[in-house]
Amino acid sequence: MIEQRRGVWYLYGILILFTLWYIVASLVNLPIIPTPWIVMKNLLGIFVSKILIHGSYSLWRIVAGVILAVIIGVPAGLCMGYFPKWDRALSPIVYLTYPIPKIALLPIMMLLLGLGEVSKILMIFLIIIFQVIIAVRDGVKSIPKETYYPLYSLGATFGNIFREILIPASMPKFLTSIRVAMATAISVLFFTETFGTEYGMGYFIMDAWMRVNYLEMYSGIVVLSCMGLVLFGVIDYLDRKICHWQYK
Amino acid sequence: MIQIKNLNVTYEAMGEGYTALENINLELGAGKTCAIIGPSGCGKSTLLKVLAGIIKKYEGVVEINGQPITPMKQKIGFIPQNYGLLPWKNVYENIRLSAKIKNKKDSDHSRELDFFVQQLGLAGLEGRYPGELSGGQQQRVALARSFLLKPDLLLMDEPFSALDAMTREEIQNVFLDVWRKYSVSTILVTHYVEEALYLGQKIVILSGIPGSISTIIDNPLFGIDDIRNHQDFFQLSLALRKMIKEDWSK
Ligand SMILES: Nc1ncnc2c1ncn2[C@@H]1O[C@H](COP(=O)(O)OP(=O)(O)O)[C@@H](O)[C@H]1O
Ligand SMILES: [Mg+2]
Repeated sequence: MIEQRRGVWYLYGILILFTLWYIVASLVNLPIIPTPWIVMKNLLGIFVSKILIHGSYSLWRIVAGVILAVIIGVPAGLCMGYFPKWDRALSPIVYLTYPIPKIALLPIMMLLLGLGEVSKILMIFLIIIFQVIIAVRDGVKSIPKETYYPLYSLGATFGNIFREILIPASMPKFLTSIRVAMATAISVLFFTETFGTEYGMGYFIMDAWMRVNYLEMYSGIVVLSCMGLVLFGVIDYLDRKICHWQYK
Repeated sequence: MIQIKNLNVTYEAMGEGYTALENINLELGAGKTCAIIGPSGCGKSTLLKVLAGIIKKYEGVVEINGQPITPMKQKIGFIPQNYGLLPWKNVYENIRLSAKIKNKKDSDHSRELDFFVQQLGLAGLEGRYPGELSGGQQQRVALARSFLLKPDLLLMDEPFSALDAMTREEIQNVFLDVWRKYSVSTILVTHYVEEALYLGQKIVILSGIPGSISTIIDNPLFGIDDIRNHQDFFQLSLALRKMIKEDWSK
């Protein structure tokens, strides 16, 4: 019931956006802003032949970067939150490297790691990992110490505490950090895909722009924003599935 | 057998030492119950935390059956003052937690678990989260968790405080049933003289500050059927109350 209603709200969002787009397109009345209907028709036409392959590449890079950031960032954040020594040792490194604009590292990474997948995935990874580390660390730090008492008195191992307390307690902040980082990750992905590749939504959109094919360009933009919608939707879904206790 | 000798506990607060417990000596035979009563802030929770292996920094000797407190080896059931439920686990998972961590191998407790759920009036609430329960319900979940563990030592910090009078009497009897069945050594903290008289074979009166033992009473009325309706019970609770009043006003 509630799931269905949520879907309806997404439809409302799409409808409002399309209406605004249509109004602007009608007012400007130039080929540079086509109406939504023509774009959607074009999108359907090229979906199988072009969009599918470019979209899959972009999605793979994002997902790979996020998973890598989670695999390394979550354990690091948990340990920094739980063991003050880890925090003292690692926080300065995190604070020093976090503010470096990652995009500025792109040329270096491309020189060192080549123009292929590795440098693109690493870029996404670098953008997401700091937010994950800090969110998870602060999530663990904000657990009241009384929460641990029943487990301490049961003689719980670190593994028990990890599973029963640290992970579930830091999960909400972790998901929020992924949410915040995701939008940045997608825009940076777009940028990296304009170099050294012939696949990905970034390449597709820039290529369409060079060819002055506005319809394809807009189709690409629509797909990119739908990808964002799907990724955010997945995170929201996980939030409801795993963290529903916090809304009680 | 629980043995406490010359126990001193000091908290570090704002760079200064603060003595919470001073020179505590207490002995409790295996399978006995002991009620601790004392004004708030006198160190009752601190004493339980030492016995639960949570406070490790103390002076003196604290032993269970001649062994120092080691939660890894002993089975200690501890119900903290705030019930100690994990907000991300539902009632069922919270109850199961103790047995899950302690009795890793034989993992089927479902029948006993159902029994305690029934006994403690939690049926129908198994799927709820602590945030959806009243204080009294949370308290009963914490009790179920500890009872299921069948601990060597049961520590309860004001375990019935959030229950209404009728439920409290019921749950106190559930506790006594469990205690009789498994003869669990129990130390409980309470604010009520009647509760101490009903549940404690020994009654320890603490006074503060710093917390120290002022009297230990062997309760002659413990374990008598329906004692709460006897004249003796009223008289002894009156006498005890008078004694405590004088003691704490010193
Ligand atoms: N973590 C702590 N740090 C410093 N002082 C504490 C801490 N915990 C308790 N105290 C102090 O120790 C005393 C005893 O506390 P507690 O054992 O909780 O009392 P009770 O349970 O009898 O009300 C109180 O005066 C309290 O302020
Ligand atoms: Mg207390």
